[in-house]
Amino acid sequence: MSMLGLEFMRNAFMAGGCIALAAGLVGYFVVLRNQVFTADALGHVAFTGGLGGVLAGLNLLAGVFGSCIAVALAIGALGGRGRGRDIAIGTVFAWVLGVGALFLSLYTTARSAASGTLGVSVLFGSILGLQPAQVVVGSLTGIATAVVLLLIARPLLFLSVDPEVAVARGVPSRALSALFFVLVAVTVAESVQAVGALLIFGLMVTPAAVAQNLSTRPWVGMALSAGIAVAVVWLGLVVAFYIALPASFLITGLAFVLYLASHLARRMSRIGRLA
Amino acid sequence: MPEPGPSWDVVADIQLLLQFHFMQNAFLAGTLVALLAGTAGYFVVLRGQSFAAHMLSQVGFPGAAAGVLVHVSPVLGLIVFCVGAAVGIAAIGREVDAGQRLESAAIGSILAFSLGLGFLFVRLYGGSAQGIYAFLFGTILGITDRDVQLTFAVALVTIASLAAIGRPLMFASVDPDVAQARGVPVRMLSLAFLLILALSVAITVQIVGTLLIFALLVAPAASALQLTARQGRGIALSVALSLAFTWLGLALAYFTNVPVGFFITTLAFVFYLAVRLVKTRRTVVAPA
Amino acid sequence: MRILGALQLDHAAARLGGRLIWTEVDLEVQEGEFVAILGPNGAGKSTLLKALLGVVPLAEGSVRVFGRPVRRGSDEIGYLPQRRRFDPDLRIRAVDLVRLGLDGERWGMSLPSPAKTNRVAEMVELVGAAAYQDRPIGELSGGEQQRILIAQALVSGARMLALDEPLESLDLNNQQAISELIRSICQTRGVTVLLVAHDINPILPFVDRVVYVAGGHVLSGKPQEVIRTETLTALYGTPVEVLHTSDGRIVVVGQYEPVTHHPDDH
Repeated sequence: MSMLGLEFMRNAFMAGGCIALAAGLVGYFVVLRNQVFTADALGHVAFTGGLGGVLAGLNLLAGVFGSCIAVALAIGALGGRGRGRDIAIGTVFAWVLGVGALFLSLYTTARSAASGTLGVSVLFGSILGLQPAQVVVGSLTGIATAVVLLLIARPLLFLSVDPEVAVARGVPSRALSALFFVLVAVTVAESVQAVGALLIFGLMVTPAAVAQNLSTRPWVGMALSAGIAVAVVWLGLVVAFYIALPASFLITGLAFVLYLASHLARRMSRIGRLA
Repeated sequence: MPEPGPSWDVVADIQLLLQFHFMQNAFLAGTLVALLAGTAGYFVVLRGQSFAAHMLSQVGFPGAAAGVLVHVSPVLGLIVFCVGAAVGIAAIGREVDAGQRLESAAIGSILAFSLGLGFLFVRLYGGSAQGIYAFLFGTILGITDRDVQLTFAVALVTIASLAAIGRPLMFASVDPDVAQARGVPVRMLSLAFLLILALSVAITVQIVGTLLIFALLVAPAASALQLTARQGRGIALSVALSLAFTWLGLALAYFTNVPVGFFITTLAFVFYLAVRLVKTRRTVVAPA
Repeated sequence: MRILGALQLDHAAARLGGRLIWTEVDLEVQEGEFVAILGPNGAGKSTLLKALLGVVPLAEGSVRVFGRPVRRGSDEIGYLPQRRRFDPDLRIRAVDLVRLGLDGERWGMSLPSPAKTNRVAEMVELVGAAAYQDRPIGELSGGEQQRILIAQALVSGARMLALDEPLESLDLNNQQAISELIRSICQTRGVTVLLVAHDINPILPFVDRVVYVAGGHVLSGKPQEVIRTETLTALYGTPVEVLHTSDGRIVVVGQYEPVTHHPDDH
């Protein structure tokens, strides 16, 4: 198939698949633990951190990963759950994005005009234009994140649905929460490459929400969430290959359509049960 | 690049600022936006609807892009999409709240989709990176005479409506149960305010952009509410802060060529932080 | 039959946020006893349970469960914390929650295990929750959730149940049904039950003994011995009156009038 004959497509399939695997698994717990807006906030941080990293002469990836992990640890240390409704949080993260806008303008005025698209690719993803190093880093961290998550999945599930009993049964609550925050940060940083800082919800939250609509079995739900995330990324790439639309739009769009369908299916089954 | 830089002569600086037509337009639109955002924002914070404001502004992004795509004003696109979203929220019949996990997952999915859609629209009309940044982070360039006229009309209608429903809205926001018992149409007011909010968001986005809406629509009002519990003073202070942040932000952006959104968010953030710090210190020290 | 000590507190004291909650507590509970822990809000009833779970360390003295010092995560104690209901949108099956009680604290994933599945099914059957075990926990009623949580507390092979206000926010029928369920588990399986309650009446017909926590101290004995005007007045250190209604209910009335006139003021 000519599509897989192209290196950038092979790269996108590999890195995108690994990243989606991690995003689906981590996202399942993000939804379960009601930390959706922590992921959103980290997306904002990733944008500013990434551009800051480039501006400081470092690597974009280094900036994204570093800033996400640092902020995730800070949120974890403050014990905040980062819900979107809080005014203080909203104001802080609007400012973080404002600083990102500053970095962006400093970067574009300092470099040639052609480099002006860097910000767009951080905001909306650049999965079809990954550098070889990004492919390796994205794939490896994706797999590593998934493995670590599966290792802590059972106690994390316990802690997420039933915290008091979990603590009484000896689950190390603080350490586990902090570790999970780091996993969320790493996943956000990876997902920025695939779908961009602004569309992270579409990869981390939407597949997990679909999975929770479809199944109430936690292990089935996790598998579904990861499977759906990988499927929408691959399907989005295939469609993007044949019709020239932005891959990140197609990925989030497909996920959103699935979400609507799963929501309807759940409604229907509930009506069916009541009848 | 604007040529001679700012001096300590304020009058000369203001003359410098307003010598170009685009800056006159930016200041006109900015002033209208600040008046409206300060007033509507007060009720947003009072009613705990800052999250709805955030959501409406992100839905506005594809609206602005669609406006350009079909060759009408982006402000018109913003208005259509924001009002549409407000009607959608009202149709669901519940307050938008990020507290529940599946609800916040649903909202998150919608937000990602709408930002993705906006990105698609920009790509479809072949918009530049700078065009995207303008939608997301605000701009002082490219506000046309028609945009100013539209902004003026919207601001007039919404401020007049707010003035008309102000008192029952305040009652319904602070104490909905009693208000309902006293015959205030709480549900109707809530829909009316949602529409006002949608229009406010739509015109505020042209100055600070989709992503930085908190800086004008929430932060000044939140600071004002921290500083005074009196309603009249609170609204006046909220408007004054919005105006100050907007004017200063526009002036600084003009003289430095850095995006206006950066200055407005920074001013809003620093002021809010200072107010919160002063308040915390006072409450820590005060109780005997 | 030899009666074994299930719980033993010696000169125990607990501190929460720097404040001593209760001191000099000596308490012994026999295996298979159904003990109600009563007392006013904030007296340290929940802290007592947390002390024997090893979640709150004692400031002084010692606590032993089945003859051994306590440790967190023991399979011998099943815990049901005081809580509100699960969120309606928590999309996890009830039976999965019971399963977490069995091995939720271990690392890694849950793999299919017939033995564990059977054990979970047995407990769900025991509490009479089989009909709704596959529904999301958040969609169950308060009484149904309580049954599931009791199954979860028992599933690890617990010989003692530490139940913190399990009857709170249940209607009268469900209070009765859950109390009877706990009594029958206590009798048929020889499980020791420590149940924190703010109202003695729903459980009065079932309990062997009450432990009253008030005024920084603890008093235990048969209900009719402890819940008396003189005993409670001595324990609280302020006048308290115990009334018996015509239908056999017990009401404890505190005298809350503030001291308006103090002789030392003059």
